[in-house]
Amino acid sequence: MKTIKRISVVFALSCLVFNCSTDDDNNTMMENQPDFSGTYRQQDQMGRPAVNTVFVSSASKDAFNVTIPSEQNAAFQSMFQTNLEALSPAYANADDKNALMLDAATFTGLLATDVLNVSLDGITTFYDGTNVLTGRALADDVITVELLLIFGGEDFSENPQLSNDNVSANDKDFLSSFPYLASPW
Amino acid sequence: MKNLKKVLGIGVVAAASFFIVAADHIDAPAVQGGSSDITDFYAFQGENTNNLVFVANVQGLISPSASADAVFDESVLVEINIDTNGDNVEDLVIQAIPRDGKMYFFGPVAPSQTGLNSTIATTAVNTGWVDITAYGEAAVTETNTMGMTFFAGPRDDPFFMDFAQYSAIIGGTANGFNDPGADTFAGTNVMSIVVEVPKSMIGGSGTINTWVESKKK
Repeated sequence: MKTIKRISVVFALSCLVFNCSTDDDNNTMMENQPDFSGTYRQQDQMGRPAVNTVFVSSASKDAFNVTIPSEQNAAFQSMFQTNLEALSPAYANADDKNALMLDAATFTGLLATDVLNVSLDGITTFYDGTNVLTGRALADDVITVELLLIFGGEDFSENPQLSNDNVSANDKDFLSSFPYLASPW
Repeated sequence: MKNLKKVLGIGVVAAASFFIVAADHIDAPAVQGGSSDITDFYAFQGENTNNLVFVANVQGLISPSASADAVFDESVLVEINIDTNGDNVEDLVIQAIPRDGKMYFFGPVAPSQTGLNSTIATTAVNTGWVDITAYGEAAVTETNTMGMTFFAGPRDDPFFMDFAQYSAIIGGTANGFNDPGADTFAGTNVMSIVVEVPKSMIGGSGTINTWVESKKK
C-alpha cells in the first residue's frame, strides 16, 4: 500500500515537473523521492494578527497555540475579556463599546476564536473604513486597527496616545504581482 | 545609507529579541525563536481576482547578515487550514513541507484527520513544488496545471509596528506612542511561503475561515 502511494506521488510530481518546470529532472525525482511519512504535531498557530501576543496571559500562551479554534472560545474568552478590561480604559463602564459597536464580552468573543475571516467575493481587507474582517492584505495597518478597537472607544476618539502606533506602512513597497512580498533586505 | 539601515536593522533585532514580540512573532515560550515559530499569516485576493493568496511566514527578525544561512526546517510542516462551512473546523488544508532545497505542496485537500496531529496528504490530487529561492536570488515561482502558484524563500518581513514603544507602554515606562513611530521590523527578513490558489478550489464564494499551523515531526 505504501509503495502504491509513493508511486502515485512520484507520478503526480513527475507530471508537474514535465508540465511546468524549467529544469527537467524527472529522473532525479524518481530516484530520490522524499520521505513524507510520519505524524506532525502542532507547535504554533495563528489566525488574526497579534491575538496571542495581546490577549493571552503569559502562562497560557503555549496552551493557546495547541487549542483548536473550535474550542478556543470556551477555553479563553473570559481570559481575553479580563485582559482587555485591564489593558484598556475604553471598556471601564459596563455599556462601553468599540467602533464596531461590540462591548468587551462580544469583542473578545469574536477574537477568542483565532481564525481569519476571508471573503471570496471581492475586497479582502482587515479594515479599510468600509469593509471589516474580509481578509488581511499585506498593506493593511492591522495594528492601528486593533489599537483603535481596543483603546479608541465608540468613535475612535478615546485614548489617542494609545490608539495609533504611527507606523502606517511597511519599510519596502509590496509587489502588485506574485509573490507580492518585497525582496529581502 | 543602505549600510546604515542594515546596521540599524541589526540593532533593532537585538533590542526586539528581549521582548515578547508582535503579530505572532515569538508569541509563546515553546516556539519563540525556533524554526516552527509562525510570525504572520495573510489571505487576500490575488492580482487575478479569481484567485486567493495565502502568505505564511516563519522565523521572524532575521537580519540581512543572517539571511543567507536561514533555512526552512525539514521537520516542520506548515499547514494552511480552511473552514468552508463556518464551524471553525478545517474542511481543507494546504500543506507545505521542505525537502532538499524544494518546498512541496499538498492540497487543497480534505485532511485525513482534523486537529492537532497531521500526516502529509501525499495522495492529494492537487500537488506542486517550487525550488526554495536562495537569498539574493530573484524569486523562483512555479505554477501547476491546476492554476496554483508557489513561492518559498526569504523575503522582507511585511509586518510593521512600533513594537518597542508598545512594549514600553505595557511595561509602564511610556504613556503613549511617538509620532512618528519607529517600525521595529524595518530591515528584517522572514522565511516566507506564498501560495496562490483559484477560489474555485476553496469554496468558490462566500466567506471562509482560515488559520495557519506549524507542526513538527
